[in-house]
Amino acid sequence: MAKVPVQFTLNGSEKAEFIESGTTLLNALRDKIGDTSPKGGCHQGTCGACSVIIDGELRLSCLTLAETCNGADIKTTAGLAEGGVLHPLQRAFLDAFATQCGFCTPGMIMAAKVLLDRTPNPSREDVVEALSGNICRCTGYEPIIQAVLVAARANSQNAA
Amino acid sequence: MSLVLQTFSSAKDANAALQAPGTRYLGGGTLVVRATNEGDVSTSSLVRVTDPGLSQIAVAGGKVRLGASVTMAAIASHPELAALAPAGRAVGGPAIRNMATVGGNLFAPAPYGDFAVALLALDATVVTEGGETPIETFLAGRDTSRAIVTAVGFSLPTAESFRFLKVSRIKPKGVSVLSIAALLELAADGTVSSARIALGCMADRPIRATAAEKALLGCKLTPREIAPALAAAGEGIAPITDPIASAWYRAEVLPVHLGRLLSN
Repeated sequence: MAKVPVQFTLNGSEKAEFIESGTTLLNALRDKIGDTSPKGGCHQGTCGACSVIIDGELRLSCLTLAETCNGADIKTTAGLAEGGVLHPLQRAFLDAFATQCGFCTPGMIMAAKVLLDRTPNPSREDVVEALSGNICRCTGYEPIIQAVLVAARANSQNAA
Repeated sequence: MSLVLQTFSSAKDANAALQAPGTRYLGGGTLVVRATNEGDVSTSSLVRVTDPGLSQIAVAGGKVRLGASVTMAAIASHPELAALAPAGRAVGGPAIRNMATVGGNLFAPAPYGDFAVALLALDATVVTEGGETPIETFLAGRDTSRAIVTAVGFSLPTAESFRFLKVSRIKPKGVSVLSIAALLELAADGTVSSARIALGCMADRPIRATAAEKALLGCKLTPREIAPALAAAGEGIAPITDPIASAWYRAEVLPVHLGRLLSN
């Protein structure tokens, strides 16, 4: 099978790989590049565990072919911490006990990050809507919603 | 079995490649990549078009033209398409809405394809290289259609005349139990002068509730006057059965939800 070149920015660093045509971005990230933060849950677009941010928009890496991402700016949860300091969302998820098994967490955090980037002071309804494409089977969602609201408050206090 | 993706700059060039056996068109990937991920080995090749014109929304003179690659998120956030925003928002979660396209929705099998239900009520026209087709004809022949959809066109409804409802069991977002779109014109005395109602999940693709449409004519939108239309809503339906709901359940609740949509 012919390999095709792909080149994109992942969490601020340039990546270039030869992949098999038809490879999903999820598989390219996990198996070729070694960023295992996006998770392969359903591979059907239902669970949201594979969510990543492509050019500022939340997308599902399991349904995105890697070769359609040439030149794109891709962000994953693995790129959020800076110099060993967790991102406010990651901190809030830990503090609010919003992660139990942790499988859905990277997708939840990506969905929450897109929300907070656009809506720094979201309402509870905004948070519920933003997370509506992500499934969690452990927490019952309430701690996750609280974590996002806490992170939003932490952000706005830092900005003030 | 692996996939090969072919990229073209225009729909015209891609149409030829799409004729090869085992080839499907890749829009947002929410149907096609989903199928290949699930193990659908009948698809060996995907074709996509990067023409930016396919992602354009044009609203002028009361007419709307949505490029086939326009996403549900783009529709939901477009200031001139506020009447359609509920139908755009009805599809998937935020990530799916950033990917799922107008063109793909026309091919989505029930229980998916909620936006196509809206397009059917709006009497949209489906545009391909070969010309324009009324959406009803297009939906009926979609299984054998091999031409790339480039756009859909329709008259922009007013917020008052267009109603859309999606019923799902999971809040705020879930797969459709059913969806209903209605384009209603009311006369000065409040009676219905024209009605076009489309239903999702009441067949393997969106269908019209023509008996209910006829029964609504001349009625005021009161519970008593719409009762005959609700009774007629089930004529000609063949609802799907899936893990969300049985055909029986869908048929039972259709008049209830149609009643709520009409009396709101």
